[in-house]
Amino acid sequence: MNEVPTKIIVGYADRLSVAPGEMISFMVNVDGEARYRADIVKLISGDWHPRGAGFKEELIATTVNGDYPGRRQDIHPGSFAIVADDPRLAVDSFSLQAMIWPTTPLKGRQTILAKWSVAKNCGFVLTIDEGGALALTIGDGVRTAEVSTGRTLREREWYFVGASFDALPRRATLFQEPLARCLPQDPGVTIGRIVEVSGPARNDAPVTIAGLLSKSPQGREIGVALFNGKIDSPRIAARALSRTEMEQAIRSRPPGDVAPSIVAAWDFSLDFPSQQIPDVSPNRLHGRLVNMPARAMKGYNWSGDEHDWKHAPSQYGAIHFHDDDLYDAGWEADFTLTIPEDTPSAIYAARLEAGADIDYVPFVVRPARQLPTADVLLLLPTASYMAYANEHAAFDSSETEVLSGHLVAYKPEDLFLNEHREYGYSLYDTHSDGSGVCHSSRLRPILNMRPGYTNPWIGIGGSAPWQLNADLHIVDWLEAIGQKFDVVTDEDLHSEGLGLLRQYRVVITGTHPEYYSTAMLDAMRGYLDQGGRLMYLGGNGFYWRIAYHPTLPGVIELRRAEDGIRDWVAEPGEYGGLWRRLGRPPQALVGVGMAVQGFDICGHFRRSEASHNPRAAFIFDGVDEDIIGDFGVVGGGAAGLELDRFDPSLGSPAHALVLASSETLTGLYFPPPEEVNNVLPNLAAPQNPKARGDMVFFETAAGGAVFSVGSIAWAGSLSHARYINNVSRITGNVLRRFRDPRPFVVKDAETQT
Amino acid sequence: MIDPELVAEFLRCPVGHHSPNLQALLNVLRNEPLAGKYVLICLKPHREWILARHSGVRGRPPVPVPGYVFTDIEEAERTVFRLRWKRLTGEELD
Repeated sequence: MNEVPTKIIVGYADRLSVAPGEMISFMVNVDGEARYRADIVKLISGDWHPRGAGFKEELIATTVNGDYPGRRQDIHPGSFAIVADDPRLAVDSFSLQAMIWPTTPLKGRQTILAKWSVAKNCGFVLTIDEGGALALTIGDGVRTAEVSTGRTLREREWYFVGASFDALPRRATLFQEPLARCLPQDPGVTIGRIVEVSGPARNDAPVTIAGLLSKSPQGREIGVALFNGKIDSPRIAARALSRTEMEQAIRSRPPGDVAPSIVAAWDFSLDFPSQQIPDVSPNRLHGRLVNMPARAMKGYNWSGDEHDWKHAPSQYGAIHFHDDDLYDAGWEADFTLTIPEDTPSAIYAARLEAGADIDYVPFVVRPARQLPTADVLLLLPTASYMAYANEHAAFDSSETEVLSGHLVAYKPEDLFLNEHREYGYSLYDTHSDGSGVCHSSRLRPILNMRPGYTNPWIGIGGSAPWQLNADLHIVDWLEAIGQKFDVVTDEDLHSEGLGLLRQYRVVITGTHPEYYSTAMLDAMRGYLDQGGRLMYLGGNGFYWRIAYHPTLPGVIELRRAEDGIRDWVAEPGEYGGLWRRLGRPPQALVGVGMAVQGFDICGHFRRSEASHNPRAAFIFDGVDEDIIGDFGVVGGGAAGLELDRFDPSLGSPAHALVLASSETLTGLYFPPPEEVNNVLPNLAAPQNPKARGDMVFFETAAGGAVFSVGSIAWAGSLSHARYINNVSRITGNVLRRFRDPRPFVVKDAETQT
Repeated sequence: MIDPELVAEFLRCPVGHHSPNLQALLNVLRNEPLAGKYVLICLKPHREWILARHSGVRGRPPVPVPGYVFTDIEEAERTVFRLRWKRLTGEELD
């Protein structure tokens, strides 16, 4: 029996990009080994393909290289809210209420609103019990009393729920009412009875929403009894309110006999970008969120009239909590490296070895600010790395093999991520309750952002690199031709904008720069408008709009709204999702845009008549053949996986030259939804002339130029035949001319728009 | 009735350009539910795989099927095709 591989060492860094003189810390989890070895290496190639460039790394002598004690560090996912304890929360009689939209009512005990000490087992908590019904639990420190409605809540229905306790008669009352009154099978239920405890014991626990607070031995905050679903308008009052009074308490200005009793009234429709939840009662018992639940979600009072939360925030006052949300793994640092001042800009990694296992934690050393060390910049698409971070499609969807056209093939990283769901998800995955994952953080091990890693469902036998490891094909090629270059990340571009790019004559993208923030797109647009030269060496770029969090480091948000390839679909609340739908299609930026995808084998490009235009002579210098890239380690060809097409109707410059187009894509290559306005029977590539990739070149008015290959697979052909091949030749020809300061000129009327 | 030529076509070329009829057959064969679905576990990148079946449950590992080790990825595809064919038709393929 063959041993199934597993991982025993994984790590992450607190930064993805670091400049000389700055510090970067590494956090490591080791399971079952007393010690591990750490070394800093420069990454050049992660290609294990038998005909590929090989795995190439260079050991870098640093002060942190050495042996370290191994220790286990765990991840505690799940979002919830914490409101610090306050004397005004010490109540004998009380009311708890909220609007809730449970998504997994039968998953086990789930907290809605609590002031409960896990350590002392006392206080009060409004929960969903094991039977999926609303329940109130009161603990006096010795005994615990619980009252349940006994009626299972339905999934994805809004309920008004509340519970009160009147200490003098020891009477507990609770109700759950579906807001959709048209459902005759559930008219709502109210239960009341005298309980055996005299009231909640005083405790110093905070108020918590959507979970109870436990703590690790190291003092880390851990959510337990976590809730899945939306919560809106939670309230606590210091006396037993009636059901009518609780309804009044939802209002922003409750009547005079109710208002004084309200201890806290949290309004989730305020301060959306923050992780704070404001209490709008006079007490101002503000809280904070843990593990970034989804904010600005449709509330209980959503009318359907407004589809942008910014226009009607009060209707988007729900927070969707998930028991597997994760922002920051929060591990303790094992070692911290100060980047030596003379460190060349490149992609590096902390190589971690324990027993027979090895992990790489990649990071970029960028040049010092305003001090470029080359005229060529490799812009590493780290927003896209984060979008795909720890993607689970090969495990979680039965349709993946149908899509890709071959068996999925798991590697140790994939097996580990399946068993360790706490490591969190990609923007392609769904939470445990089936809702889409809209946040992705890099403050956790990202096991598919590793040199040597290939995707389990892309390419036969899970053979294709994706994102970082695919981009190493470009790094390897630049090294092989002796081209000096700087490296920065999307995060650098997002925070520094055009000023970062304009220091370079040539910018080279990664193979799949799919996710762009507004600031990133503005910077790239500005770079081209000012005469920059862009080599877009990938496919399906500049496609989805994402947002970096304005204050918290290392996390992005995506609303997977209309169109695009979507493994889940966002609820209303923000228009768009695709830059194309938002009126800034990639075709208008780089001449081509997403047109077709397939994941079995790749095709090649065939040169067009236009490729013989004198304007393109420098591109094809030394290339006599018409077939380009009918070789390569990614699917066997340079035209594949995801391909972009020239389309003047979407803004492709009319004077652009379509140099070559893809051929021989298989019947598993299909266009994305935004290319399918009406469903025709000839969707797949062999019958659909629009399902193709185009390679384009155009000059810009400011003397710059753009060269777009429009194919993710392109870079996988660069190293073929020891880098002597027409893909390498064309890419090198373009790079050489793009580095030449002579301006590009759009010459004559024939080539004008 | 399934045209035996489709079987021959697949065995000649398990992944790549397929006739529409073979593609339709593969769409059925590959669309198994997750629980028990055939998957591979890669032991050596690009070189060695074993056969396993999906657990069907998030977080639970796939279960290896003893006796299947592949050093040729196309042979892995052919083997799974034969296994699925037998389940679909009750017949063994040569």
